[in-house]
Amino acid sequence: MQRLVEPPASLALDALAFSAGGQSIVKPVTLVLPLSGRTLILGPNGAGKSTLLQLIHGMLPPDHGSVAVRQPGAADRPVGAHELGFVLQRPVMLARSVLENVTHALAVRGVARAERESRARHVLAGVGLAALASRPAPRLSGGEQQRLAMARVMAADPACLLLDEPTAHLDPGATASIERLLRDWSTAGTGFVMSTHDLAQARRLADQIIFMHRGEVIEFGPANRFFASPATEIGARFLAGDILE
Amino acid sequence: MNDLAATFPMVADLLSGRQPGLWAIVGLSLKVSALATLVASVLALPLAAVIALFDFRGRNLLIAVLNALMGLPAVVVGLLVYLLLSRAGPLGPLGILFTPSAMVIAQAILVLPLVTALARQILEDSLRELGPYLRSLKASRAHLVLTVLAETRLSLLTALLAGFGRAAAEVGAVMIVGGNIEGVTRTMTTAIALETSKGDLALALSLGFILIAVVLAVNACAQWLRVRAHATLG
Repeated sequence: MQRLVEPPASLALDALAFSAGGQSIVKPVTLVLPLSGRTLILGPNGAGKSTLLQLIHGMLPPDHGSVAVRQPGAADRPVGAHELGFVLQRPVMLARSVLENVTHALAVRGVARAERESRARHVLAGVGLAALASRPAPRLSGGEQQRLAMARVMAADPACLLLDEPTAHLDPGATASIERLLRDWSTAGTGFVMSTHDLAQARRLADQIIFMHRGEVIEFGPANRFFASPATEIGARFLAGDILE
Repeated sequence: MNDLAATFPMVADLLSGRQPGLWAIVGLSLKVSALATLVASVLALPLAAVIALFDFRGRNLLIAVLNALMGLPAVVVGLLVYLLLSRAGPLGPLGILFTPSAMVIAQAILVLPLVTALARQILEDSLRELGPYLRSLKASRAHLVLTVLAETRLSLLTALLAGFGRAAAEVGAVMIVGGNIEGVTRTMTTAIALETSKGDLALALSLGFILIAVVLAVNACAQWLRVRAHATLG
């Protein structure tokens, strides 16, 4: 499967919004995200981070607005069905082996049967699970399950990963291994957009920050600038630990 | 109490092979119940999958009707099937009243709502768990259905066993449409009913214990399969 976009492509979000039960969950968001970058969506619980990620991915249809791939010198085009990979906060393991979890994901994504096993073994080696390929996936530890979840997504070679607080339920060791993988993949050209409420993690990983509060994007820009001198009072209060929800 | 005390030697006597008719009754009971479960499942599993995995108009009404039908009285089903298959009935020309085929039809009708309701619940629960993952893969409807069915295969086996259990324990419908003819349509349950009505409670109880043992053996085999599969699949 050939990757459809190459850097420096971007994702253009145009007035993307979502509401439920008469309440605005994500207020219109318009911004451009580099696909190869490391973007962290930061904010307290209930800020709309997960919803925004799902809107970008397309698993949640927006009330209005759109997401498109923008490349220099070309007109914006819709995002391809499998250009964005999504990693859930709590990995869902199929009751089959580690290897079969990956080959199943590849089958769903339309990869030819003959290619599936070799690709699956390659990506499992990349996440350090090659030795566990024949083990039942539900028996893996939490950290291993999340690495497998990322392997399932990476096996299809997406242009960018969207991750919904993938380390929220992991211990520091497992969190470090996930962050290491994300750094490696980003260096190799696969960027990510990841939600977190963990300030320290955002400092470690981000080169761009989207700061959200109550469904609204309050700040968007380089991470070092946000952490050094946030442009808004809410941003400053969040960094100071004064905003919990 | 005396009847109960006499039961155990009688069970041993029945199982010793000196009662050649017994194994024919056990065999017919198993055959009719298994076939009824199979026929019901062929209809119930796709129906459960459609209700669980697709949204359509009238879905809630269909669920309510199926749930209500789980309590369908067996004698009413027996009577309706009797009327359908009797000489004057619309299916009378088939000539299958008082045959094992009629018993299979009656039991399948009884088992269908139960297996459908249980399978629907199993599939819905699985979809709730797997749905976010499959949506994150942008799985097609076909992949979604196939994945959910594959992931629930062991639980669906339990639904089938519940259906088999209902069929094996049923007496009213098979009595009406089968006629309890010795060597033709006599099953464990109809034989128990007959012996009870004759006052031979010890024999009726003995047959009852054998029926329970047969159902237990079938469930034990299924449980062994589940344990083995869990050991392999996690």
